[in-house]
Amino acid sequence: MSLIDTFFNWSVFLGALPSLLEGLWITILLGTVSIVAGMVAGLLTALARLYGPTPLQTVARIYIDVLRSIPLLVLLVLVYYALPFVGIRMSSFVSAAVAITMVSCAYTAEIFRAGIEAVPKGQFEAADAIGLSFIRSMRYVVLPQAFRIVTPPLTSNCINVLKDTALASVVAMPDLLKQATQAQALAANPTPLIGAAFLYLLILLPLVRLVSYFESNHRKNTH
Amino acid sequence: MPPMPALIQIEKLRKSYGVVEVLHDIDLEVQSGEVVVVVGPSGSGKSTLIRCINLLEEYQGGTIRVDGNKVQRGADLSKVRAEVGMVFQSFNLFPHLTALDNVALGPLRVRGAHREEAERLALELLEKVGLAAHSHKYPAQLSGGQQQRVAIARALAMQPKVLLFDEPTSALDPEMVGEVLEVMQNLAKTGVTMVIVTHEMGFAKRVANRVVFMEAGRVVEQGAPELFFNAPKEARTQAFLKAVLQH
Repeated sequence: MSLIDTFFNWSVFLGALPSLLEGLWITILLGTVSIVAGMVAGLLTALARLYGPTPLQTVARIYIDVLRSIPLLVLLVLVYYALPFVGIRMSSFVSAAVAITMVSCAYTAEIFRAGIEAVPKGQFEAADAIGLSFIRSMRYVVLPQAFRIVTPPLTSNCINVLKDTALASVVAMPDLLKQATQAQALAANPTPLIGAAFLYLLILLPLVRLVSYFESNHRKNTH
Repeated sequence: MPPMPALIQIEKLRKSYGVVEVLHDIDLEVQSGEVVVVVGPSGSGKSTLIRCINLLEEYQGGTIRVDGNKVQRGADLSKVRAEVGMVFQSFNLFPHLTALDNVALGPLRVRGAHREEAERLALELLEKVGLAAHSHKYPAQLSGGQQQRVAIARALAMQPKVLLFDEPTSALDPEMVGEVLEVMQNLAKTGVTMVIVTHEMGFAKRVANRVVFMEAGRVVEQGAPELFFNAPKEARTQAFLKAVLQH
């Protein structure tokens, strides 16, 4: 069998394509849900970590440290295989979304914290001085500036989350990778795996370019 | 009629950073409509003093009242701060907002004004500081002097009972100091209560109703400008004036 027939077998690829696209859709769905939920939770965690009452700050800091230390795969397996022992049973999609969101939340919280801390003290003072409440000075003065600062690392984190969704195939999630391995087993040919790799590149390469663009733009604006 | 209580009443104010006390038992009153200029050597506590008035700095002893309301942490702090406008040495304009939006933000988000109303007021105030033509520009597109004038308009937009100026011209290129001082002088004429920390002695002479001299965290001497500059009583005031007026 030639190399082309083994790795780039067109008929095998066409046969696997519908299930690959199904997997791609689930990968994108899982990624989007985890990114959005992780970002909202991360922002709240960062605010708790910076401005909450002392006990809440401590809880937030411990959460961030622990979730950044635990391997995502381990957390995923814990959520999917261990929680049922205490009666918490979640579908593979929900398990994966929960585990990925929990980790993404910790990373996003650190990104937001750095961004908020990078906003000059004078901005907080000017907001205080015109009588803005804490929430409004965050909403209208601090966060818009912090968001600009953290756009590159935040986009970077989105890429990581999207890539991490591939781990969900371990808990029987029919995501892109899982569909590809199944199709490969069925066809006894690795072409679907190559196809999946291309599909990953197709969605992630533009995002990687986007980060580079943001970073060079940011450099231009700050110099 | 009993005399009006002072607009700003500072009594026995003490402030320290850790174990170092930087303000010692300051007593100071500012009447409504008065322009008070605070002068003194660097590190004398003048900036710290006016930053205590809207609690940008916490203080450890004594009381500050603005229009009868005690300035302290709590639910009413934002309300007190809304009555006290502040102009900073480094402008501190919001870089993500246009000049117009910088000025309109307070009326919009603190006073709860409608957008058209807030923008109309903002434009009116930008006109007053001579910047109506620049209302759509972002702070980074404005010169230092223009930024500081926008900052003055932003403070005025809250229609505060008193305006605090913390060395408003110290960060400016020399050729831009004049335009900012001129705006401030015009404001003083309209009867706005102002407390100004500055090194501009000529301005103090022209505009102040009262000059307060601080040194090492204490008010050493205060008086009308003609008396203060021509016949200072305290030896330390004389030494300071001699040093700053020499050149």
